[in-house]
Amino acid sequence: MTDVTTAMDDAYEAQFGDYFALLKPRVMTLVVFTALVGMLVAPVLPHPFVTLSAILFIAVGGGASGALNMWWDADIDAVMKRTRKRPIPSGRVTGQEALAIGLALSGFSVAMLGLATNWAAAALLAFTIFFYVVVYSMWLKRSTPQNIVIGGAAGAFPPMIGWVAATGSVSLESVLMFSLIFLWTPPHFWALALFMRSDYDDAGVPMLTVTHGRPATRRHIFAYTAVLAAFAVWLGFTAAGGPVYLVTAVALNAWFLKGAWEILRRDEGMAEADNYRAEKAFFRFSLLYLFVHFGALLADAVLRTYGVFA
Amino acid sequence: MIRAEHELHRRRRSRNFGVGLVLVALIGVVFGLTVVKVRQLGEMQAFDSVVRPEILPGERDEK
Repeated sequence: MTDVTTAMDDAYEAQFGDYFALLKPRVMTLVVFTALVGMLVAPVLPHPFVTLSAILFIAVGGGASGALNMWWDADIDAVMKRTRKRPIPSGRVTGQEALAIGLALSGFSVAMLGLATNWAAAALLAFTIFFYVVVYSMWLKRSTPQNIVIGGAAGAFPPMIGWVAATGSVSLESVLMFSLIFLWTPPHFWALALFMRSDYDDAGVPMLTVTHGRPATRRHIFAYTAVLAAFAVWLGFTAAGGPVYLVTAVALNAWFLKGAWEILRRDEGMAEADNYRAEKAFFRFSLLYLFVHFGALLADAVLRTYGVFA
Repeated sequence: MIRAEHELHRRRRSRNFGVGLVLVALIGVVFGLTVVKVRQLGEMQAFDSVVRPEILPGERDEK
């Protein structure tokens, strides 16, 4: 070995996959699915190629906000076990590279969505990126225990962007689809926080379980689930919903409310005695909850297309 | 000894290949969008891209 090869070994050069990991591909799948449903349930559907392109640009916009979030939160990510292997804390990509990629892809995705569909959808995508990076990551994540609620809003925009990309305007249906994700996020994460010893403490991120205690977190989970159930069923009575969605929403929300009620009635002693059985069951169910709701919306849209229930 | 094929070159090749694929895909998307948008222009005269009032649906119905 010469000095040259030794020097080459020391300097790690990022691979394509490292840059792709900056875009948070797992989060992107939820963005793609909900944005696609938002577009397909709209009363007017653009050309299929335009629809696919719009979904792609929304996904790239979501990925860009993920890269900017990783750039800003690199210090927190390095402390927490769950995020320690991300590209920046593990040294595979520099913070400056993540910032450059995030900014470039943000501009690209907003401009392309505007050209492919309309500028209202592009403006909403730009606002979503701004909201996630500036309002959530930079401003409120480290200063308020309601950070989960605010972060949930950023994740709730994709179906609304999809709807606006198809129709050109915001409507009740798109607001209700937004509410579905927005109100689902807090119970989902707080249930996880109850049974996982979170390492957010070490990173200095305030979580409700720590700042307000576990009994307060249980009350919050029930309150959000009750409001969520009302909004989820309401969506079934709009033009975006249908019989499949309505039946699904009533059944799923009854089950979800029952789970939240169980969590509310329990204290830490009961939870520890059965190793957080109810909290874990509620969390597992919440993973299915969103997917099945949006799947049911899609099923109704397909049935409408073929004239069933029309 | 300097090896001709270093691990670094392999990593760079994967990155260059990925970027190349993304660029080709981007060309495809922009080309496809252009074709769709141009086809949706409808009754527009090709030679100067100006709408001819007499072929617009509203004008035609009035006649």
